[in-house]
Amino acid sequence: MSTLVLLTITGLGLGAMYFLIASGLSLIYGLMGVLNFAHGAFLTVGAYATWWFQGKLDGIGSAALSFVLAAAIGLLVGGAVAALVEFALIRPLYQRHIEQVLVTVGLALAITALVQGIWGADARVYDLPAWTIDTTEVLGAAIPNDRFVEIATAVVVLIGLQLFLRRTRYGLIVRAGVENRAMVTALGIDVRRAFTLVFVIGGLAASLAGILSGIYFGSIDPERGTSLLIFAFIVVVIGGLGSIGGSAIAAVVVGLLQQYANYYASSGLGDLSVVLLLAVVLLLRPAGLSGRTATA
Amino acid sequence: MSALLELRDLHVFYGQSHVLQGVSFDVREGGVTALLGRNGVGKTTTCRAIMGLAEPRGGITLGGHDLTRLPTHRIVRLGIGYVPEDRDVFAGLTVAENLKLAERNGSARYELVYDLFPELRERGRQLAGTLSGGQQQMLTIGRALLNENRLLLVDEPTKGLAPLLVTEVAHALERIGKLATVLLVEQNLGVVRRVARDVVVLDAGKVVHRGPAQELLSDPARVRSLLGVSGGREVRPVA
Repeated sequence: MSTLVLLTITGLGLGAMYFLIASGLSLIYGLMGVLNFAHGAFLTVGAYATWWFQGKLDGIGSAALSFVLAAAIGLLVGGAVAALVEFALIRPLYQRHIEQVLVTVGLALAITALVQGIWGADARVYDLPAWTIDTTEVLGAAIPNDRFVEIATAVVVLIGLQLFLRRTRYGLIVRAGVENRAMVTALGIDVRRAFTLVFVIGGLAASLAGILSGIYFGSIDPERGTSLLIFAFIVVVIGGLGSIGGSAIAAVVVGLLQQYANYYASSGLGDLSVVLLLAVVLLLRPAGLSGRTATA
Repeated sequence: MSALLELRDLHVFYGQSHVLQGVSFDVREGGVTALLGRNGVGKTTTCRAIMGLAEPRGGITLGGHDLTRLPTHRIVRLGIGYVPEDRDVFAGLTVAENLKLAERNGSARYELVYDLFPELRERGRQLAGTLSGGQQQMLTIGRALLNENRLLLVDEPTKGLAPLLVTEVAHALERIGKLATVLLVEQNLGVVRRVARDVVVLDAGKVVHRGPAQELLSDPARVRSLLGVSGGREVRPVA
């Protein structure tokens, strides 16, 4: 029983990170039709900016304070890079899908290489508060506390995104734009502002995932964004392009499946089982779990 | 009366297809001008070109403003409302959200919209995708009416509607024609007869006739030769 609990909560923690990456990807594709292969780079930028700034903030207080401050700066850097990418590279290429793919793939490779060139390929470790490494007993299982942080963060982001989409004018524009971008502009709305906003939201969420991945895996490395992005794409497709709710459900399913398969079947089968799940969903429900391209 | 909208030597290409081939006509200020023609002659493309949704070559001006180089949202802000051919409601949004999205400033005319289409008020919380075709049409017209526009482009508003709804839409168009200038694409000549002051007829991407509506519609032989149909039955007034 305790093993099942541990696997479940660990799977939910992993799913939380997948959701944070997938939510931005899903909104960006749903609204703008852009397959953003550079999304993992935002994750890497956020994670490394946090690590770098924490080093600069060393000695200003406790590890918790310096980490929270550095994470806040890391998020801002990730969001700013996302805005810059949208403005400088994606905006001139709207409707030119092949060029968008080439640019975003190139950017992902370039940022990974840049990070590796500056800080090397070795893993880097955050100076974390001790309680994140401690465990809490749940139904007999000793659960690392960081799992609760990851899950709680994803839940807060999910609620925040739903409130944004349902209660704000820009949320309304995004939901409508996912359905029919041309008609949104035909109502006199400059949809490009919504594009930038969605890119920034995606960049912030991906950066948050990058920072949390440094807690979950115990370190960050230049390839982290690339490896997590593959599963985030799978989550987006399973959940339904443009659907935040669908992405949340799919992220939980993928995270749990990976953990259960790795433990109960064989180590390494987790990744394979996720790919098989993707194939099954595409065959039986090509539009994904949400079955539509709305956002909520 | 002066022209509000002027189209001069307008050309639109879709790939190799030369859809509009030098279209020129004026839409006079006030009242309804009907844009007529058989299927596929370029009526909807003309609307899309005015809206900046199809890339035009040539001249399009609204009250002296050149529209040809403006993005769609800026064209709309000059005072154009658009009711597209395929209704294009946002299916995943409620009726109220569809209307709210169309608000351009603080003076949205909800009372006018609800007066014309009371059902929209009653169905405010209903998802637009679950409305009937007629209700969706009312929503798209309501959306265009919400702001005070100088020109309304209304593309085939009665297409696929039951006769009773056609009458209701014709009644609404009559009222709308008194509030703003309307360029109406319409196949139902009964509706045109009832609401239009002027007509422009397109054939194969070119203007082949323009003039007062009654002059054309009172000549069945000319109607048949230009449009391939008879003059259309009278649309009864709404009680």
